[in-house]
Amino acid sequence: MTLLARHASNLFWVGRYVERAGTVARLLEVGARNALIPNTSGGYRNEWDSVLQASGNSQGFKEKYGDDLRERNIESYLFFDEENPSSVASCIWQARENARIVRTALTSQTWDILNTAHQEMRELRRTERSKLSTSDLIDWTLRQGALVRGTIEDTQLRNDGYDFLNIGAYLERADSTARLLDVKYFVLLPQVDYVGSGLDNYQWRTILRALSAHRAFNWVYGGEVTAAKIADFLILNRKTPRSLITSAEEANWHLDRLARSYGRTTDAQSCARALVAELAEVSVDDIFDEGLHEFLTRMIAEVGKLSASIGDVYLSGEARP
Amino acid sequence: MKLHVSHSTRYAFDPPMRGVAQSLRLWPSTFEGQKVQRWDVSIEGGTRGAGFRDGAGDWIETITFLGPVGEIVVNVEGIVETENRSGLLKGHREKVPPMAYLRHTDYTRPDAEFKIMAERAIADGKTGLDLAHHLSSLISDAIKYTPGETDPSTTAAEALASGNGVCQDHAHALIAAALAANIPARYVTGYLHAQGDIAEASHAWAELYVSDFGWVGFDASNRACPDEHYVRVGSGFDSIDAAPIRGVAQGSGTEALSINVSVVEAAQQ
Amino acid sequence: MVPNKRGHMGEKPAYFNEMFEDGACRPPYAGIEGWANDMPAEFRSLKQSEAEALFRRIGITFAVYGEGGDPDRLIPFDMFPRVFSTSEWRKLERGVKQRARALNAFLLDVYGRGEIVRAGKIPARLVYQNEAFEKAVVGFKPPRGVYSHIVGIDLVRTGPGEFFVLEDNCRTPSGVSYMLENREIMMRMFPQLFRENRIAPVENYPTLLRNTLASVAPEKCEGDPTLAILTPGHFNSAYYEHSFLADMMGIELVEGQDLFVEGDYCWMRTTEGPQKVDVIYRRIDDAYIDPLCFKPDSMLGVPGLMNVYRSGGVSITSAPGAGVADDKAVYTFVPEMIRFYLGEEPILNNVPTWQCAKQDDLRYVLDNLGDLVVKEVHGSGGYGMLVGPKSTKDQIEAFRLKIEEDPGNYIAQPTLALSTCPTFVEEGIAPRHVDLRPYCLVGESIELVPGGLTRVALTEGSLVVNSSQGGGVKDTWVIAE
Repeated sequence: MTLLARHASNLFWVGRYVERAGTVARLLEVGARNALIPNTSGGYRNEWDSVLQASGNSQGFKEKYGDDLRERNIESYLFFDEENPSSVASCIWQARENARIVRTALTSQTWDILNTAHQEMRELRRTERSKLSTSDLIDWTLRQGALVRGTIEDTQLRNDGYDFLNIGAYLERADSTARLLDVKYFVLLPQVDYVGSGLDNYQWRTILRALSAHRAFNWVYGGEVTAAKIADFLILNRKTPRSLITSAEEANWHLDRLARSYGRTTDAQSCARALVAELAEVSVDDIFDEGLHEFLTRMIAEVGKLSASIGDVYLSGEARP
Repeated sequence: MKLHVSHSTRYAFDPPMRGVAQSLRLWPSTFEGQKVQRWDVSIEGGTRGAGFRDGAGDWIETITFLGPVGEIVVNVEGIVETENRSGLLKGHREKVPPMAYLRHTDYTRPDAEFKIMAERAIADGKTGLDLAHHLSSLISDAIKYTPGETDPSTTAAEALASGNGVCQDHAHALIAAALAANIPARYVTGYLHAQGDIAEASHAWAELYVSDFGWVGFDASNRACPDEHYVRVGSGFDSIDAAPIRGVAQGSGTEALSINVSVVEAAQQ
Repeated sequence: MVPNKRGHMGEKPAYFNEMFEDGACRPPYAGIEGWANDMPAEFRSLKQSEAEALFRRIGITFAVYGEGGDPDRLIPFDMFPRVFSTSEWRKLERGVKQRARALNAFLLDVYGRGEIVRAGKIPARLVYQNEAFEKAVVGFKPPRGVYSHIVGIDLVRTGPGEFFVLEDNCRTPSGVSYMLENREIMMRMFPQLFRENRIAPVENYPTLLRNTLASVAPEKCEGDPTLAILTPGHFNSAYYEHSFLADMMGIELVEGQDLFVEGDYCWMRTTEGPQKVDVIYRRIDDAYIDPLCFKPDSMLGVPGLMNVYRSGGVSITSAPGAGVADDKAVYTFVPEMIRFYLGEEPILNNVPTWQCAKQDDLRYVLDNLGDLVVKEVHGSGGYGMLVGPKSTKDQIEAFRLKIEEDPGNYIAQPTLALSTCPTFVEEGIAPRHVDLRPYCLVGESIELVPGGLTRVALTEGSLVVNSSQGGGVKDTWVIAE
């Protein structure tokens, strides 16, 4: 059975949007937790601003709310706002819309979960805001992501469509982890002397928590949280489910499957292999020599390049083998 | 008469298009007054195919280009033998019932003016071939040959109202007038071995269906019926339907079109 | 034309009740009489909401017959089945197939030599000046000479053995997904009914459709043809049906942007590169198929597709131009077509029709507006229509003005006494008027699954079954005697 390029693209984006909804929720969590710590005015303006900066939402937010960085506004913008293309509501709607177009390529269970998430989001939007806590919204979003991922794993046929669903999810995850880590850069930029302080420690732990990885971190590394340990854990550790290298390797694995089943290796595979190779060879020291922010920025660009290459060779429908 | 035609159409796209598909209607008809001696359509690049003869007797081919497409050049060159048949299209193989041409398009919709024109002509007792000639000369009188006053999207009614136009407008207007008089009419494209004032080597005129005679060509731009100086290529409801090249480009670029046509007596080459 | 007295609203009509005749249950319904009567009210409302939940879950919320309206609206489903006996169905089946054959013969003829016009059996003007007559396909013979591969025939019943054809649909009749889903839901909810009664299955419709499409692949196609459904896109109100059929047949659901023309063929953009497509079941209108042949600004179509089609590289179902056979004015001549091409007498009746374009007919129509149903020639969905006996004086007078303004735009028919079928309503079970659309498949062979889409006018006394005007749907059974 062949797969239409457009449908492959829809599946790819189902994967991406589901993951992206989770990322936005995780960012909200980071911001909300950081905001609970007093006396952080010395940071890069404001912990909420850092969330907007890292997620690329700063411009859009300012156009709507100006400088009014209240939690409620941020939450409205990042969670409910349908005009913000990367709000949780938009991501879920986009995931469901992409799924609706390729319903025949999804199991009824997968469709059901996506459709239900969309219906529940509509309910949430109708609910009085005072009855919703930020943490409930975050939990709800992460649960939807888990349900979709689990249902895909449990029910979808292991065909090329499954690969595109996963490639979308893992590329988005790589991008997301890099951006979450980068939040720290924006928070701390001018205050190098904070490094190693209690506040610094707290912020790193928040990021771990947002990645649902703070317990795992303790098991693997134990003790003091340091930038080096965090970087190792979230970038280079193959045991970490959301680390850059894990995400890149998973995407690479699915791309290899595609190459085998189509009997054709493309630029996308070369691009993915190069990314995996770099992550496998680089050390924490290398990363800090380059500068964490610089390294992450470069990784985000590499992931973007891989995504574009996949678009060219598989999703545009223009490529001729 | 032996006419040598060379016709080159160049499209330039900026920025280049992602892809282009064209339907070509570039091959001269064969009938009693016209025989094709040799004819060659050459296009660099692209994939040609899906050729067939349609119900109106035209040969049609398809060409597609994979992007990026910056330029397309369509070269047509050949020799056609013509004779003067006073516009009569005799011996042309086609299957479309003339009555199917009793419908207007956006370009050939007869407005009140055309209806009045047709009603008067009929009230004057004109019928058959006489009526067709009469309508053609009414259109020649009503629309002065004036290049640059109209554009390819001008409708028959607009041309009539403005009183100016080129061969496309004359053909559309004559079709509208004919339809108003309940005469089947169609748009014809071709080449003209120009001699008079109007030098449109790439030309268009109208054909009206007259009982007892069949399809008869009328060139209101030149107040004439096609003779041995005309090469008939294809037909349709209007200029879009009969277009020698109809294309769709994917992309957001602009399109610049340049056309070069020459029609000379083959002996003079 | 002499008005047909049967079912004419001049005198009080006696509607044929499909279940009860003179107080006794007719045999086809014997198997469900007990089921319906013994069903407790609570159980019924429980089942009704179960059915609704199922429909919503499946997402089957499109407007049937392209009637427009809220795309997320559910069409009410009535659980009371509409039942035919096998012998009743056999006659219907012969009638429907006869009509489908004649309509296709007509299309092949009018795009060929036009013998029926030459023989004077139908006015040339009606055919060749018809907007649906496509000059672009004159002289082209599609594979197996078939133009209309899925013929939906709208029927009403007025008596035990009397069926009238309201309208033929030769292009892309919709609603077949309802036929299949209604059955699926009934079987899920009332399995015992299906154990106790021998109900002919309709489930093989997708297989038959697939076979039909494959059987009209171009001659030069070798091996198994690749089939695809061409949809206007997921914003179309019938998108659910398009994706449902693609899924059931295991073929791709494509949009215009997924296809392109190169060389002699049409190709699909896949992740593995271009793949040749041999048969396209299009669910878009003629005018949008190909911007190089029809509407130059169509974004839905495929540039060059008509050239590939006409040069024999791909098949398009239904064939462009098929619409000339289902025009409301051409409809009048279908019995003539049956006699002319098949040498048979029509098995199904036409409804007598007055053409307001004709002076005599117009006079009759204007004199009898109160008794007639007047329709726009190109209208659909029950809009722009006058049901004389159900209208007020003012409504009739207002409509009279519209007809006088543009007589050619209207036809009139007697008000037919549509049969009724018992239907679950708030108060219990009550008769409601129904119609029927069976889906006839024409390819290498002619097939008709035993069933169809029954539409029911849920409002008491209403004769308008359109979903946009309070109509619902029922499962349609053909039961072994």
